[in-house]
Amino acid sequence: MTPILETKNLTMQFGGLTAVDNINFKVNPKEIVALIGPNGAGKTTFFNCVTGVYKPTSGDVLISPTGKDQQRINGLKPNNVTEKGLARTFQNIRLFQNMTVLENVMIGRHSKLKSGILGAVLRTKATREEEKKVIQDSYEILVEVGLDKFVNELAKNLPYGAQRRLEIARAMATEPALLLLDEPAAGMNPHETKELDEMIIHIRDSKQISILLIEHDMSLVMSISEKIFVVDYGKLIAQGSPDEIKNNPEVIKAYLGDDSDA
Amino acid sequence: MLDILKYFKPKELKKSLLISLWFMILTFPIMVIKVNTIENTVLWRWGSLVGMGIGSFIMATLWRYLLERKNMQNPLSNKKTLQMKVIDWANANPKVKPVLLIAISLFIVSFPFITSMYQTSIMTTALMYIVLGLGLNIVVGLGGLLHLGYAAFYAVGAYTYALLNYHFGLSFWICLPIGAGLATIMGILLAIPVLRLRGDYLAIVTLGFGEVIRIVLENWNALSFGPSGIANIPRPGFFGMHMKLQTATIYIYFIMIAMVVFTIFVVRRLENSRMGRAWIAMREDEIASESMGIDITKSKITTFAIGAFFAGMVGVIFAAKTTFINPASFTLWESLMILCVVVIGGTGSIVGVIVGAFILILLPEYLRAFSEYRMLLFGALLVIMMVFRPGGIISNIRKKYKFEPTKESSNASQKGAE
Repeated sequence: MTPILETKNLTMQFGGLTAVDNINFKVNPKEIVALIGPNGAGKTTFFNCVTGVYKPTSGDVLISPTGKDQQRINGLKPNNVTEKGLARTFQNIRLFQNMTVLENVMIGRHSKLKSGILGAVLRTKATREEEKKVIQDSYEILVEVGLDKFVNELAKNLPYGAQRRLEIARAMATEPALLLLDEPAAGMNPHETKELDEMIIHIRDSKQISILLIEHDMSLVMSISEKIFVVDYGKLIAQGSPDEIKNNPEVIKAYLGDDSDA
Repeated sequence: MLDILKYFKPKELKKSLLISLWFMILTFPIMVIKVNTIENTVLWRWGSLVGMGIGSFIMATLWRYLLERKNMQNPLSNKKTLQMKVIDWANANPKVKPVLLIAISLFIVSFPFITSMYQTSIMTTALMYIVLGLGLNIVVGLGGLLHLGYAAFYAVGAYTYALLNYHFGLSFWICLPIGAGLATIMGILLAIPVLRLRGDYLAIVTLGFGEVIRIVLENWNALSFGPSGIANIPRPGFFGMHMKLQTATIYIYFIMIAMVVFTIFVVRRLENSRMGRAWIAMREDEIASESMGIDITKSKITTFAIGAFFAGMVGVIFAAKTTFINPASFTLWESLMILCVVVIGGTGSIVGVIVGAFILILLPEYLRAFSEYRMLLFGALLVIMMVFRPGGIISNIRKKYKFEPTKESSNASQKGAE
């Protein structure tokens, strides 16, 4: 089976600092994979390398959204990566604050649409139909994540948990093959985390896509992920099923510190 | 009544008192002492000191009261602003809209016939600023890119017409699309180097660009005839008909009306289109919009290009209206004036820009008596606007979409409630 995302010896250096060090990583189709590690371990940098925000210093990022040939996407611009089927959310919410909830989702559909300036000015039949369809599609996505009651509300006026959900809805609108969630449960209470948990599994099951998440909430990570990768100081120190990770001495050391330190 | 009183706390009044004292000291030399150099006497005008003190005390109290009232309003409360009330009222009375539209268009059509030529002429200028404001609004209001060299595109349009007419005798109607097209190309040329810049850096580069264009026009005598400019530019023709000055003024007024209608039409359609949304998303968050599949390069270039298009178009009309152009018409001041139209009127809002243009262009004309204080009033207006209405006089309201709750959605929302 071709993995949907694979990195080979991925390295990212900022000056003398190696934030991501030789990471070999794999996400298979329809898998929920978690990337964990202490603060500053290089998780978000890894995300940024994959999604095109940073250009990796060396190594390969290979994707195969359709399950066929792998393509190398190093150095591609983020919008092109998104077009290829990788969508992401952000650690600190980055919604379009002064746009309505519906418009936020409509932006997610952007790369799937064609109409240009001339079409918009002349309001051609194709543009009108496309516009009608994008409004309907976006609304349905909002219904799916339970945000339809906020349709015309400005994104900045939403409660925190709903903003997090809207970010996921916006990413889903790009019809990704792989959804990358950067700390989706940050700042949520246990009840909201549980709802999120159900939502992520629902998305995977209904859309048949893979999900890669960075998360600090261990109960969420352990309950939903099928495979866990652990990074520390930019290096991959362990990988395996939740049970294997729980009992891995390396991981315990990374999180709780070495005996000799104590 | 008691409601108002709660704002006047002794502490606040004390502060106002101090402010008025400060003003009295500050203005003492110019308001009180009057030296008569011929008779070598000094006139002490104590009366004006008292006036100054009382005046500044009242102004300071009013200022504090308004600020306090603004701060006391809970930003999360759903209290409706006047603007929202007006919109609600218009929605509740659907018959009002067509009546209002007919009244406005009747007024517009009859305006040059019921008023003097002077009135028509300044109204045409105001209309030009509406189009310029709407054009810049695409760059600043929708794209969120601070552009301080907008007058350069305006100059490109004006010089295109003037030079093409001078050398080749091309008419207004041929030059109109050429001028707009050349300005668009200039817009693209400017957009390419500034792709990676934002905020203050972008502002400085665009400012430099505007000045470069002006200085080139001022010094490249062989091309632009330098500071002496180009005179005797013909007014727009109407199938070769010869027009008197008055008829020509009215004719340009109607051309300008058509152009305003065209601009509003285009901007309105773009605003809620796929590209328009991409521009707004770029304004809100560049990184997020890029991650959602928006090509930032393309978005930036299109905002600059379309913004420049309208400026070029108005430039051609400007040349035809004044029949004389020189580089002094396209200074940084011009760019700032257009930016003020956008910011004071309401960034991102079409109605706001129209109101802004009328206020900034017509008010100084009608306040000719106060022309010396024009800049003072202008500065005060800007400060007051930014303190009390940072979004402009008429703020932009996003389009709302209506949905009938489908069976599927009502099921889903029930599920969400469980």
